[in-house]
Amino acid sequence: MSASTVPPLALPPAMPVPRARWRRRLRRYGPAWLGGGIVLLWVLVALLAPWISPYPPDAQDVVNRLQPPSAAHWLGTDVLGRDVFSRLLHGARLSLLAGFTVVLVGAAIGTTVGIVAAWARGFWDEALMRLTDLVLCFPPIILALAIAAALGIGTQNTILAMLVVWWPKFARLGRALALVQRGQEYVEAATVLGLKPRRILARHILPNTLGPLAVLVTLDLGNAILTFAGLSFLGLGVVPPTPEWGSMVAEGRELVEQWWIAAFPGFAILTVVVGFNFCGDGLRDWLDPRARSR
Amino acid sequence: MPRYIATRLLAAAAMALLASLVVFLISALVPGDPVLAQLGDILASNPATVAEWRAKWGLDLPLWERYGIFLNGLAHGDLGISIATRRPVLEDIAQYAPATVELATVSFLLTLVIGIPLGIAAAVWRDSWVDSLARAVSLLGVSAPTFWLAFIMLAIFYGGLEWAPGPGRMDPIAFPPEGPTGLFLVDTLLARDWESFWDCAAHLVLPSIVLAAATIGLITRTTRAAMLDSLGQDYVRVSRAKGLKERAIVLRHALPNALVPVVTLGGLAFANLLAGAVMTETVFAWPGLGRYTFRSAAALDFPAIMGITLVVSATYLLVNLLVDLSYAALDPRVRR
Repeated sequence: MSASTVPPLALPPAMPVPRARWRRRLRRYGPAWLGGGIVLLWVLVALLAPWISPYPPDAQDVVNRLQPPSAAHWLGTDVLGRDVFSRLLHGARLSLLAGFTVVLVGAAIGTTVGIVAAWARGFWDEALMRLTDLVLCFPPIILALAIAAALGIGTQNTILAMLVVWWPKFARLGRALALVQRGQEYVEAATVLGLKPRRILARHILPNTLGPLAVLVTLDLGNAILTFAGLSFLGLGVVPPTPEWGSMVAEGRELVEQWWIAAFPGFAILTVVVGFNFCGDGLRDWLDPRARSR
Repeated sequence: MPRYIATRLLAAAAMALLASLVVFLISALVPGDPVLAQLGDILASNPATVAEWRAKWGLDLPLWERYGIFLNGLAHGDLGISIATRRPVLEDIAQYAPATVELATVSFLLTLVIGIPLGIAAAVWRDSWVDSLARAVSLLGVSAPTFWLAFIMLAIFYGGLEWAPGPGRMDPIAFPPEGPTGLFLVDTLLARDWESFWDCAAHLVLPSIVLAAATIGLITRTTRAAMLDSLGQDYVRVSRAKGLKERAIVLRHALPNALVPVVTLGGLAFANLLAGAVMTETVFAWPGLGRYTFRSAAALDFPAIMGITLVVSATYLLVNLLVDLSYAALDPRVRR
């Protein structure tokens, strides 16, 4: 993409070479579409879980415990004879709900803090940014673990604990983006026109920072789902009979012979995270053409 | 440079003090009264007994005074008594730390040895099969839950193929080496006990690969992007024009410049190793800090969790400080 490769002015009329172009498009956006498909599929599964799972997720059938995958139980049964496939489908609900809640609420809080800090400058900027530094000086999962343990086991408390550690990165990004926008002429023009700061922030600066934010949000959803599953694996995310992927892996972690109990829920986490990563990368390429060559 | 170092040191010290305040507040504001839990219903119904206990543990003092006592304890290395093991938390941490240090060091070396060359190769032979491989490795490394990867590796290579030894640091019937460091590889080497050395090394293979997976993904990705950036710079074109060999261009000119962002990733990589250690050690029954964290969390052993949080965040601050300083050493523009 250097200056020496400027195309000649008189281009021949564009000759469509459908197959090559199609291949190039597939190369560029194929993963993003695949990722979108995976995410959409899991969202549908989460919404429809009660209607599409073959068994109730908590139905115990001790006679048929620890059965390998079969026609009756596609992904086998666990220690209590519960159907792994049904639990896996229901597990999608909590994982996605936790992921979306943490990232969306975290992004809303963080971005607000960041933009306000960038606008206020001076004391408030300094105070808010030192606060984000303070949270960022803990390894996220360790601080979330400590807070979740303090609040007590449960989905709500774990989400709350994750929120405490989640907003600072959005505050940093929001502040950086807002600082760039602040110097732009259109903000100056709006100020000269006599618009109130709140209106400039909400109606002018915020929309211009949405692109990079959307990329971070998408990439971060996978991250949040991984962290929530990790905390559940450690026994904090959910109260036991609730079907959740991380805790399902924890239940099966010592059963190497009955690998299906832990292997499938973990694989489900992997697919969701890969899906969100593909989506985020695709979104970034689409929004930032300069990154495309990478 | 000295001024830069001094500012960074001061900032880190201030952060450490604030971090201790955060940990103190989390433990002080726990819902549920520790005294009631300790005493039980019958004793707790007598207000005099409760007041006596509160006074004994200093719970009747104002919050800031309790923080002073807490800081004073910290200064003397007192992190409280673990509820589960009934031993001082610091002793527990000192006992479990070597196993984690050994595992994390091997994983970190693996990360460097695999991640950096893979990232370089992916950038140099862009869009080739090496690049695709690097992409797949980093995607899987970053996306796979560590606890699941640990289980899968154990199920395949221990349960299925029986190539690798089972969980733990050594064969269960073997005697752990008695050495000064607590790092089994070093201790067995010092004792020239080759049989035990190979046993320990074999037990390290799977957990260190699992623990390294996420950081390998991160480092590969960053190295590749930084190398692509370096290779597109003018000085690379000049070197080519001068007729330098491609090998020299990549290794002597592009690589040193590409390594700066990789080094700054050190703090993040370290945080990843810590989070991964909790999961990896739990699945591999590795007697380190990670499994101690897991057990403390499972038992809601508060003093232990807070002690770990403090020690870990102090280490994390230190690593980030070192990263900042080395960044300044590598890139003169950072020094103010």
